This record gives sequence, C-alpha cells and structure tokens, in this order.
Amino acid sequence: MELTLWTYEGPPHIGAMRIATSMKKLHYVLHAPQGDTYADLLFTMIERRGSRPPVTYTTFQARDLGGDTAELVKGHIKEAVDRFNPEALLVGESCTAELIQDQPGSLAKGMGFDIPIVSLELPAYSKKENWGGSETFYQIVRNLLKDKSEESKQAWQEEKRRPRVNLLGPTLLGFRCRDDILEIQKLLGQHGIDVNVVAPLGASPADIIRIPDADVNVCLYPEIAESTCIWLERNLNMPFTTTVPLGVGATQDFLRELHEVLGMEIPQSVNESNNSKLTWYSNSVDSNYLTGKRVFIFGDGTHALAAARIANEELGFKVVGLGTYSREMARKVRPAAKALGLEALITNDYLEVEEAIKETSPELVLGTQMERHSAKRLGIPCAVISTPMHVQDVPARYSPQMGWEGANVIFDDWVHPLMMGLEEHLIGMFKHDFEFVDGHQSHLGHLGGKGTENINQGVKTTISNDSTNTSSDPIWTHEGERELSKIPFFVRGKVRRNTENYARQAGCREINEETLYDAKAHYKA
Amino acid sequence: MSGATLLKESGPREVFCGLTSIVWLHRRMPDAFFLVVGSRTCAHLIQSAAGVMIFAEPRFGTAILEERDLAGLADAHDELNRVVKNLLARRPEIKTLFLVGSCPSEVIKIDLSRVAENLNIELKGQVTVLNYSGSGIETTFTQGEDGALKALIPLMPKSDQKKLLLVGTLANAVEDRLTSIFNRLGIDKVESFPPRQSTELPSIGPETKVLLTQPYLTDTARELKNKGAEIIEAPFPLGVTGSTLWIQAAANSFGIEKSLVDSILNPLISRAKQALMPHVEKLSGKKLFLLPESQLEIPLARFLSNECGMEIVEIGTPYLNRDLMKAEIDLLPPDCRIVEGQHVEKQLDRVRDSSPDLVVCGMGLANPLEAEGISTKWSIEMVFSPIHGIDQASDLAELFSRPLRRHDILNPKTLTSN
Repeated sequence: MELTLWTYEGPPHIGAMRIATSMKKLHYVLHAPQGDTYADLLFTMIERRGSRPPVTYTTFQARDLGGDTAELVKGHIKEAVDRFNPEALLVGESCTAELIQDQPGSLAKGMGFDIPIVSLELPAYSKKENWGGSETFYQIVRNLLKDKSEESKQAWQEEKRRPRVNLLGPTLLGFRCRDDILEIQKLLGQHGIDVNVVAPLGASPADIIRIPDADVNVCLYPEIAESTCIWLERNLNMPFTTTVPLGVGATQDFLRELHEVLGMEIPQSVNESNNSKLTWYSNSVDSNYLTGKRVFIFGDGTHALAAARIANEELGFKVVGLGTYSREMARKVRPAAKALGLEALITNDYLEVEEAIKETSPELVLGTQMERHSAKRLGIPCAVISTPMHVQDVPARYSPQMGWEGANVIFDDWVHPLMMGLEEHLIGMFKHDFEFVDGHQSHLGHLGGKGTENINQGVKTTISNDSTNTSSDPIWTHEGERELSKIPFFVRGKVRRNTENYARQAGCREINEETLYDAKAHYKA
Repeated sequence: MSGATLLKESGPREVFCGLTSIVWLHRRMPDAFFLVVGSRTCAHLIQSAAGVMIFAEPRFGTAILEERDLAGLADAHDELNRVVKNLLARRPEIKTLFLVGSCPSEVIKIDLSRVAENLNIELKGQVTVLNYSGSGIETTFTQGEDGALKALIPLMPKSDQKKLLLVGTLANAVEDRLTSIFNRLGIDKVESFPPRQSTELPSIGPETKVLLTQPYLTDTARELKNKGAEIIEAPFPLGVTGSTLWIQAAANSFGIEKSLVDSILNPLISRAKQALMPHVEKLSGKKLFLLPESQLEIPLARFLSNECGMEIVEIGTPYLNRDLMKAEIDLLPPDCRIVEGQHVEKQLDRVRDSSPDLVVCGMGLANPLEAEGISTKWSIEMVFSPIHGIDQASDLAELFSRPLRRHDILNPKTLTSN
C-alpha cells in the first residue's frame, strides 16, 4: 500500500483512454463502476475538447455484482457497437472490474462482430498511465497488422518516390503533441520527406493498417510508441529513429539519424546555426547572465532528458538535479544524470521532489505542474516542461517543443521566468540609490529561493541570537550582516547559506565581514 | 404528490462517485483528514475533480492498493495500519481521520470498521478514526457526505436541550447568515452538522429539531431520527420560496408566531425578489434540461421554474428519495418529467431533440454540449457556491443567467428570442 496525496500519472486505463480518444472511428468499452467516468473531464476540460471521449462505461453497481455482470457487459458492448459503428473496438476494464474477472475482451470476441476487437489487459494495481497508453497502442497496431507479411523496406528509391515516414507516439494529454506534429511535419517537408501516418493522434484503424506503407517509423514519444516501434521493426522490418527532436542539438541529431536510416545524404543545412533562434539568442550578450544558472529538472523521461541536454549544452545552465516520475524511463535517466555528476531522482512522491528542490536551491525549476506549485511556495521561478497536463499546458497559440520552432519556444519559456540580464545588472548597479528598496523586484523575484526565510533577516537574527542557536550554528556579527545586505537580494540567501557552511567547516563561531570574503574566495576557488 | 411524471432509466451513467464529496468536506472540517483506501484511479479522480494542486499537503490522500495487497502477501489491514501511522506521525494536527472505502476496497472486502476500531484502541483518543464508503458501486457524488456524516453521528453527545440543528455542509458565510435569521426569530440555540471543527460535534436528543440544508442526506436523516431527533419536513433552502418555506417550517416547529416570522422575513423576501428580477428577465421562458449528478436537480428545477419562469424539459436525478423530496415535488409544475437513473446516450439524444437553452450537467459533458451550441452550467458549482437562503437567491439565479448572457454577448446574431 502506498500513500499518495497527488499523483503524476493516472491508472493504466487512463492511458488507454488517451489512445482511444486520440484516434478516430474507434470505440472503447470500459468495464468500470460509475465514478470512473470522471476521466471524461480530463479531455473535455483540460484539453477543452468539444466532443466526448469515445468511451462507454458499463457503470456497474453493487447490486449488479450479485447477478450476471457478464450479461451487463455484453449488453453495453452491443449497444456501443450499434450506436457508434466503430472500425475497431477496444475492450478493457478499470481497477475494480479487474477484481471481478468478467473478462470483457473474451466476451466481446465471442459476440460475432465483424470488426477487429482489441482486448486490453492493463494491470491496474501495478502499472500506470503511460504504460497503459503504450500497451494499448501496441495492442491496436499488433491486432490490426498481425496478418501483414514482412515486406522489403526502404523501397522509396526503387519506387522512385519521396521517402515516407510515420510519426508515432503523439496523443491527447501529451505535452504539446498537437503542435509538435505540425512542426515535425514542416521540418520533414523541408527535407523532402513525406509523412505517411501520424498515430495515435488523429489516426483511424484504417490509417493504422497503412503504417507499413512507410519506409521508416519516427518514434516521437518513446513513453507511448517505443514498444510499438520495436514490434514493427521485428515483424515488418521497419526501422525506427530513436532521437527525440527536442532542442537544437537533438533536432540536428534527429535529422542526421533519419537521413541515415532512410539512406539519404545528410544535407549541410542541418548543421547551420540559424535554424533556430535559440542558438543566437543564447550567444547574444544578454544571455551571459544565464551562465551557470542552477537548474533543477523533473518530469517524464523524454522531456526531462531533453531538458537536461538543452540546459547543459545550449543555454549554459548548470543542472543541479535531474529526475523522472516514470520508472520505465529510469534506465535512460540514470546514466544521463550520472554524466552530469548527479544521482537521478526516480520517484512518484512530489514531496520528495520538493525536498530535493529545497536541498539543491536552484535558480530555476523545470518541472511539471506539481513542481510549479512547489517552486511557487519556495519562491523559485519555474517553467513547465512535462505532463501531467493542466489547462495552461494547452495554450491557444502555436507552441511546439520539438524542432526549430520548439527550440525557440523553449528559449522563451525557460528564460522569461528568470530576471533578464540587463535588468539584473541594473538592479545591482542602482541598488544603493535611495529610490531603491529591496521591495523593488522583478515580478518573479518576490522571494529569493533558499533566501526566502532570510528576507526579514533582521528579525531572524535577533531571534537566533537569543536562544535557538545550537553550538554549531555560527553567529552573524553586525558587520557581517551589513556586508551581506549589500549583496543583491536574489543571491543573498545562497551567499548566507554558503557562508554559514564555510564558517562551520572552518570552525568559525562568528561571521564578520572578513568571513564573508573568506567564504567567497573559498567557493570561487 | 403533484402531477410530475416519475420515470426510471438504466444504462451507462456519467456521474461522480461519493469520493468526490471529500473535495468540500475537507474544507468544512480543517482538522479532519480523509484517507481513501482504494486504487490509483481514486487518487486520480479526487485530484482531477479538485481541479487544482494548490495545497502543499492536502487534507486528503489515498492509500493505493498494490498487487501484493490483493494477493494476500501482505495483510491489507496491517498495511493500512502502517500507512495510517505514517500519516499521523507526519500530520500531528489531524484530530479525526476518515477511512473512506472505495470500489476496490469494497469488492475485496477490506473491513475498514475493524481497522478503525483497532486504531482507536491503539491511539487512545488522540485521533478519532472513522470509516464510511464513498465507492462508486454504492454511492453517487454528494452521497459521500451522507456517509461521512452518518459515521460521525455515534460520536455526538446526548442532550435534552431544545435546539435547531442545521444538517448538511453550507458555506460558512451562509451558515452565519441563516443562524442569525433564526436567532432573530427567537430560536437561540442553532447548531450545524457537520461542524467547522470535527471535534466540536453538536449534541443530540429528543428536543433536537433537524432542518436539512441539503437533499442528499438520506441515511444521516434516518440515523438522527433514530437518535430521537425530529426531522422537520420542508423543501430545501434554495430560492426565495424554498428558503422561506424552510425557515417557516422551523419557526412553526418552534411555535413562533406567524406575525413575527412575517415581519422578519417579508423585507428579506421583497428585497430578494427585487434582486432576482434582472435574472428572471433573462431566464424566463428559456428551456432547461437537468442531467443527473448532484441530487440538487429537483430543488433547482423547482426554483428555476417557479421563481425564474424557466420551462423544464426534464429533471434527471441519480436516485429519488420520495420522502425527502416530497415537499419539493409537490411544488413542481404539473407534468414535469423526472427521470431517476441514467442512460447517458439516450438522455443526450433527448437533450438534442429538445434543443434546450441551458443544460445543467457534469464537467465531462459541458464542453461537448457547448461545442454543439448548447449553453451549460456545471452541477459541481452548486456544491461549492454559497447558494442557500433567501439572500442568496439572486446569486443562485445568476449562476444560470450568466451562461445565457455570455452566449448572447458572443453570438449577437442569435439574439432573437425575447
């Protein structure tokens, strides 16, 4: 039994619903009690969808359990097929129905429909949403393509046509998928590569059957599409790309990988620095202040990994924390963290993440909506980079994360929460002017990260001098405090903490002006 | 009963389960914690229904059952014990802990009352542990509050004091307002259940007169009656008429002179009717369809038809307690169609066929209907908003007139009716 207050992922049948709702002409009969229908609002409220998810819930009640729930399930299946007339039917169960073991999938298969029936077994007590989405997509593809024989691939040259690829993995309630696929389609178009099928988002079962018409699969979201891509490679001999084009470097790598897999020459334009504005913006003088900004990253595996690379290589940040809530992705996140000299944080517990943020006192948090709230409480700027989705993560404007434009969006989204370079300098320059008071801060600088508790430092010092001091806590002298107050407020907390650590290490009981400079030299060394 | 047509329907439903009521119950009693014993689905439901993740540590959580809890490898009772103790160690401010049963915990028959009993012995009164079921196989949405209140009743002290007990969660400001009106009528002792602190339970006895503020408290009302309390029959305090009749019923029961009641209520009534007028203008003659969810559908329909002039197409209700609803149904216009239960597809067909001006529905259905050009109002808003009492009648009406007003602002061409 696990105590949960807020969760990053829903149960696996929510993943199945994401696939079903992303697709067209598909219907999902979900054996589930009333109440499980709450899931509809994820789509109609968070994504503002103007149509209901194509899901029929059997909504059985306690009084049904004494009778024949199998008959009830069959009734709902028949009605759903009659009413919605789908090209294929998904049948599965939620956590409670799993316990009563009606096996709705087998029941549906015995009912003599002439459409494909995909039976889903999604263990609700051990798996979660992304796993459920991945498994559902895999089962749909496998069921619809199981009779296809292995074909020779890479036929575009012989057939004297442009190469074609499938974009696999985008779903509803996935982070910016809607815009990512447009951006990737545009990018591929520039390189003379056509898109055959995008799935699951917007695909019908008939489209799934056309998947083998492409030369290569592009695995855009490994959380959802990796197992499907592996199956298509093994059974239909379709190669797939593994680089996720998030960030400038990864987009370049993605294009190189795709050209290689397709047997195309890699065009020089891939390496040019003006594909995305991120490169120049990051080189421009104002971005100097980004150097070494401490950033804490947490999210789904794909976006956390990409964020670490972008932060480290393209923006010149210092990654001080990296983690994911996705255990399936831990295998990939661990070595990435290690390469940055960190230990990956793999956890479902948002309070543990919050603790880790406090511990590392970053200047920017890149996380999910949970971390956004944690960062708000801690007074640290934050940009959201990953699911779970919030209505704010479905912006009205075009706002991809992938490709060149995605990199532009990322630059803006991550840098704007920070104080701009010139602004930071000006505050430093004018802080001793009489007009300037510490209350004068940029809109996000209300609290200074770890320094939050130090804003009313005078008060705090008085208290700590009275009684609460333990023997190991050094005491700030008046001169020390005065010197500290000259340091800009947004780094003051960090300086205070570092100086105290230094004083403890050095065995100083008091912190005066000189200790402050000693500590500064110590940390710069 | 009046000429209302009562129909039953069964099929796929689109309603919340009783766990959802935790969303307002935990705010009413800030010293209580609600621990759902259930699945990841339960945790996800509450978090999605609550809509926001603004609390550092919310006063509700889920003990998520895992494979080994089902396989019997770990005794689920021991596991739950462990989780509860961890939770209480971290949250020493908790005074009352509700263990809330869910669909899976009911199906695998975890005995929450036994767990609660053992914990109460161990904790020696530091924390009171109670249990009830909010499972979707047994309860709908607001019924969760019924279960939670019923669980508190055995802890209520006995008393022979004559008093009025308002039963059902109200917004604090509304509760204060209603209490002050009863005080002015000469009813000095007015208490509320649930109380604002879970440890400050009102006492109960044969001299307690219960006035229900919410229509979904079937079990609670029965248990209070068993404790000797008298349940005052009245419609529910929504709208001017409903609230007036509700207050008058209490006044009658306390033997208060009609002239005093009139002198206090009449000014409120005329003021409220005045405030209602702009909304009546907007709502009058408009067609209303209520889908089943909060159990408030019948009183709302009564208010919107009798006081705002709306035309009722259909009143959906998750279940119908004929005794508690009798006074409400009697006030409905003749030939009103009440449908108990749901077949969501067939009901939506009827919505489309009747082309209503406004549909009261759950959050899952609202945007799809809006996309079809039908204005909607979320039923969940009724359980979060201060809507009870004479003074709130225009605010209540405003909840329904606003979507119509908005529709007219955004679609000037369709401004043909009226």
